Amino acid sequence: MKHTLSVLLRNKPGALSRVTGLFSGRGFNIESLCVAETLDPQVSCLTLVTRGNEQIIEQIMKQLHKLIDVIKVSDISEGEYVEREMVLIRMKAEAGTRAEVLRVIDIFRGKVVDVSPTSYTVEITGSESKVRAVIDILRPIGIKEIIRTGTVAMARAPKK
Amino acid sequence: MKQLTLRTGKPGVHNHFKEEPMSKIKGAKAIVQCLVEEGVDTIFGFPGGVILDLYDELMDSPIKNLLVRHEQGAVHAADGYARASGKVGVALLTSGPGATNGVTGIATAYMDSIPMVVLTGQVPRALIGNDAFQEVDIVGITRPCTKHNYLVSNPDDLVPVLREAFYLASSGRPGPVLVDMPKDVMASLVAYPEKTEIKMQTYQPTVEPHPGQVAKACKAMLKAKRPVLYVGGGVILSNSSKELTELAEKTQIPVTMTLMGLGAFPGTNPLSMGMLGMHGSYAANMMVAKSDLLIAVGARFDDRITGRLDTFAQEAEIIHIDIDPTSISKNVKVDIPLVADCKNALLAINAWLDSSAEFDKAAFAEKHKVWIEQVQEWNAKHPLSYQDEGEIIKPQYVIETINRLTGGDAIITTEVGQNQMWTAQFYKFNQPRQLLTSGGLGTMGYGLPAAIGAKIAFPDKTVIDIAGDGSIQMNIQELATAKQYGAAVKVAILNNGYLGMVRQWQELFYDKRYSGTPMEVTPDFVELAKAYGAVGLRARTKSEVEAVIKEALAINDKVVIMDFVIKREECVFPMIPAGRSTTEMLLA
Repeated sequence: MKHTLSVLLRNKPGALSRVTGLFSGRGFNIESLCVAETLDPQVSCLTLVTRGNEQIIEQIMKQLHKLIDVIKVSDISEGEYVEREMVLIRMKAEAGTRAEVLRVIDIFRGKVVDVSPTSYTVEITGSESKVRAVIDILRPIGIKEIIRTGTVAMARAPKK
Repeated sequence: MKQLTLRTGKPGVHNHFKEEPMSKIKGAKAIVQCLVEEGVDTIFGFPGGVILDLYDELMDSPIKNLLVRHEQGAVHAADGYARASGKVGVALLTSGPGATNGVTGIATAYMDSIPMVVLTGQVPRALIGNDAFQEVDIVGITRPCTKHNYLVSNPDDLVPVLREAFYLASSGRPGPVLVDMPKDVMASLVAYPEKTEIKMQTYQPTVEPHPGQVAKACKAMLKAKRPVLYVGGGVILSNSSKELTELAEKTQIPVTMTLMGLGAFPGTNPLSMGMLGMHGSYAANMMVAKSDLLIAVGARFDDRITGRLDTFAQEAEIIHIDIDPTSISKNVKVDIPLVADCKNALLAINAWLDSSAEFDKAAFAEKHKVWIEQVQEWNAKHPLSYQDEGEIIKPQYVIETINRLTGGDAIITTEVGQNQMWTAQFYKFNQPRQLLTSGGLGTMGYGLPAAIGAKIAFPDKTVIDIAGDGSIQMNIQELATAKQYGAAVKVAILNNGYLGMVRQWQELFYDKRYSGTPMEVTPDFVELAKAYGAVGLRARTKSEVEAVIKEALAINDKVVIMDFVIKREECVFPMIPAGRSTTEMLLA
């Protein structure tokens, strides 16, 4: 089962490597990892997507919590949450395909951020599954290169 | 107004100080002052270029500064000192090779949760990252084998970091903490703030048990017909032997201990079935396999204990008392977790039972009578034993004799392998902190430096390293350290000319193909003792064993090496082959 964990940690040199070292050292996997400063510059927030059964996820969360630099760990995929990933895709843009590329990215509400005589670079944002769908559709048209950010996620605000 | 950020405070919250310039002192001096403040009286170390400022300051301090012969020895000695005394051990190493030589010792302490602070020198800040002479990223290297570690890059952090290091090392689940200090930080002026209580937002171990869980655990005990106490090193680390013994005795629940737990409950108590696991007693493994309630106290269900996981204690409900939440349900699914300091948990359980109308001592004894009889029957059927072979020295006999002649009262360290397992089986430890051994990492070469550390902590106690001819050679250079500081330890070498435990596996599982295990050349240990200014004694026959041990025990002012020429191909039994069920014991 896929889980999205949100980890607050002290923004200090080496703190991130404690987290990644924990995953490699204990044989847990990381599907994606995204990290940046929070509103408080002394604290970073890390969004981590991993897979495992209930027992493995419980171990991962407890092991993360045990790290001295970690402030808080939550499995936000347990409740309702929003997730977004951004992908930059450089498409072959030749006479026969230019129009089609534009049509597809329009459907996915993407936009062109760079143009060259032979390529378009497009930006698309969405859930991980939307990003995968875009890639699947664009692939046969001709993808030259893609860069993905990995998922960032946030639990939904309480409704009341 | 000047603003400072307290490292230990809540991130983002600033403490405001009046504009009073704090008096600053030299970094190296601040370190020594800090160590004294933390109650450190002994340091084991080895100097080098980048820590000379600190070594210079140590010369005028009340701290005993002991020079080892290899940095691994320094860390093991600090570890032995910590295990024997319960205080935080301190090792001091220089940068580069000094620090890397200490890594095995740090990993050893980490696996066994030993409170320790390792101070390493680092090249000056301006050179970090430049591949400078004797530079190594020791914080990176030790990240997975320390509880936490620090590189002090701001001189004013030095004192708060050291205080935090001692706090982390000794609280919660203890462990080694490394502080890497660049040379120029130790040479510069640093702030020395007044010591206040340390509170860390990101580190708050749960020490008090949840009352609801305590009640659940106690109710399970009221119900159980075949309960077993499975006791680990956590009981020793939390100084709760007394509380554990009270619980076992008033409930008449049989006890088995892990290697790390030996001594937590008296080995000569009739309720003790000794060690469990790979080389545990038949009765201990059988009672765990057949129990209906397994009460794990400060133990972590290591693979050497459980054998094949899916067949481990299948009929038992499991209570697990541990201060580290990650230990709970890591290997074995736990029914009633109790996250707390073992002492507090045991106190709470004892109090609950005492105040419960349903608990009655006599009724409990009656309830467990059949079970205890069954356990004793197992014990009588296959007690720990060995074949006497006339004048050939059996290693088990050597340990039994050491046990008898020391009255079971010595501090015993071991190396790793057969020597360690025979010691665990045949020395009856009645007190905690009496057996010092590398349980988790299994570090050969641990015993001698650890014995020195223990002897420094308790100069009046008999301290014996029970070793093999293989492992003693791994840190034999520390004989010189022992001599230099008058640490009159004794070393009993069970000499079989093999790496015996590995040979045993080859005998049993590799068709007796002894690849890499015969020690065809070993030094003459009696002559070697002389070369190190120690006394060397040898026994070649069984009838010489007692005399040699008596002679060694009578010498109090010198290191003594006893070389016992034992049966070459003796095996440790019982044995559960790795990965098999605990009931599939090889008995001989």
